[in-house]
Amino acid sequence: MRSLSYIRAKTVREATEAFAAAGEGACYISGGTTLYDLMKLGVERPHHLIDIASLEGADRIDTGGDVLFFGAGALMADVAEDEVVRRDYPVLAESLSKAASQQLRNMATVGGNLLQRTRCPYFRNGTIGAYPCNKREPGSGCAAIGGLDRTQAVLGVSDACTAVSPGDWPVALTAMDARIQLQGPTGERTIPIAEFYLLPGKTPHFEFAIMPGEIVTGISVPKTEAGRRSTYLKVRDRESYAFALASAAVALAMDGDHVRRAHIALGGVATRPWRAREAESLLNGRAIDAEIALAAGRAAFADARAGKHNAFKIELGARTLADAIMTAGRKMQ
Amino acid sequence: MSDPHDRQFLEITRRQVLEAGTIVAVSGMLPVAAQAQASSSQLAPENGVTVQVRFQINGQPSVLEIDARASLLDMLRERLGLVGAKKGCDHGQCGACTVHIDGRRVASCLTLAAKIDGRDVTTIEGVGSADTLHPMQQAFIDHDALQCGYCTPGQIMAAIACVKEGHASTPEEIREYMSGNICRCGAYVGIVAAIEQAAPQIERG
Ligand SMILES: Cc1cc2nc3c(=O)[nH]c(=O)nc-3n(C[C@H](O)[C@H](O)[C@H](O)COP(=O)(O)OP(=O)(O)OC[C@H]3O[C@@H](n4cnc5c(N)ncnc54)[C@H](O)[C@@H]3O)c2cc1C
Ligand code: FES
Ligand code: FES
Repeated sequence: MRSLSYIRAKTVREATEAFAAAGEGACYISGGTTLYDLMKLGVERPHHLIDIASLEGADRIDTGGDVLFFGAGALMADVAEDEVVRRDYPVLAESLSKAASQQLRNMATVGGNLLQRTRCPYFRNGTIGAYPCNKREPGSGCAAIGGLDRTQAVLGVSDACTAVSPGDWPVALTAMDARIQLQGPTGERTIPIAEFYLLPGKTPHFEFAIMPGEIVTGISVPKTEAGRRSTYLKVRDRESYAFALASAAVALAMDGDHVRRAHIALGGVATRPWRAREAESLLNGRAIDAEIALAAGRAAFADARAGKHNAFKIELGARTLADAIMTAGRKMQ
Repeated sequence: MSDPHDRQFLEITRRQVLEAGTIVAVSGMLPVAAQAQASSSQLAPENGVTVQVRFQINGQPSVLEIDARASLLDMLRERLGLVGAKKGCDHGQCGACTVHIDGRRVASCLTLAAKIDGRDVTTIEGVGSADTLHPMQQAFIDHDALQCGYCTPGQIMAAIACVKEGHASTPEEIREYMSGNICRCGAYVGIVAAIEQAAPQIERG
């Protein structure tokens, strides 16, 4: 690890100013569960850490207004346990409680979670550096393509990168049309989560629509009755404490037994949190049964492209989504 | 507890960066050649910037000048001589390093030591004593909830927090909320039984 300076900022302004003053190698740190891990692996090499985990008011959770608001510094564990979130938006609470472990959820923030990096084993192979990775070293190539690609993505892949977007919470937020609040040296802005995540294309090292020095200050989720009929289903190599092989976030607004509007996003299978619009349109206006649920699952993977060892994700992903649709459909409003 | 100021400064171990392949692989492991090359990797000399941290350790106030890169786990073990918390993976994947910060369980290997300034840290050394064991420690003995014992300090710290959080009402809930602690010896049955026994004796926080 490179030599490092560390300061703790108290306000957003203090943090953005410190970032600008520090120059090259400046990096924000929240819980550190992604950043510090990757520093130990030699993948991230910051010179100056600006700790933004204890910015004033950054851990605010407010479910009382027109939207649900989560300060970027709120801990995963605290949002997962929030009573309103658990009761009215189970998809959000479950995406957090099924992620990582309680120890990590006590450290990690819901803002830092949005910016976690892929678990692709070739990307994480930083200090060793024997394998090319276009995310880690732009232009070096991709060792996962044609390599050990069992955990790689089947949706949104490019010839430069097939790394999975690993997070669960961003998938649930994508289904629920969340908006991300950012504050930087030039002011504040809010963008839909759909614009926050970039496809790898030819430039897999650009992952997030965030400018250098910008801070995620909060996440807002529009309130919707679909929240109550929602679920997050996560399928893993073991029952708990593992990243998703396939996951599905589903929320349904119903008219009687017909779906008025379905919200669907997928995780573990794509290079970014994956909104499944085809599956949504197939469900809209229909009553739910096992057949339509599986058809929606298959529709979501119509454009999937498998590598050598990950073709199973196409079937697994479709069935995971089908199961999640059935679970959400059975819930009472 | 030993006085931290009498302890000789020990450099942060480099083992941490060489242990990329560990107890639990979250995804597929890479070929062995890559692991072998790790030992010849180019690491910057560890002559980093230091920061001062003031904190409570097991109820005692403490001040230390530490390398800004140090982990809380290395600081506890190498600087304070508190070797109860173990290094299983150094990447947040096994739970052997679990300690409490301000009463909440965390993985000390992924906690930057600089972050504990102003905080209250409790390790297994601060739980019970040789004469009066903590109910959770006694329960681990009663249920043979260990074999080699390497994971045990982390298991006990996680288990105490699990109960205090209110996540120990059923065996299923205990298993889910203890999933961050891996036991290579597979003492899980005893661990769940121990937590069930101790839970009623521990106040919820
Ligand atoms: C063993 C293990 C298992 C895990 N399992 C799961 C899992 O199953 N599901 C899952 O979803 N996640 C999982 N995670 C990932 C974990 O959820 C993330 O590491 C965590 O959410 C990141 O949050 P943090 O606050 O620790 O971020 P940090 O590590 O502090 O930061 C991450 C990145 O975001 C930047 N950053 C942080 N906060 C901000 C901000 N407010 N504004 C701008 N930039 C910011 C940092 O500079 C850094 O680049 C796991 C992690 C580990 C170690
Ligand atoms: S040493 Fe394995 S989680 Fe910290
Ligand atoms: S008792 Fe040996 S690892 Fe758990």
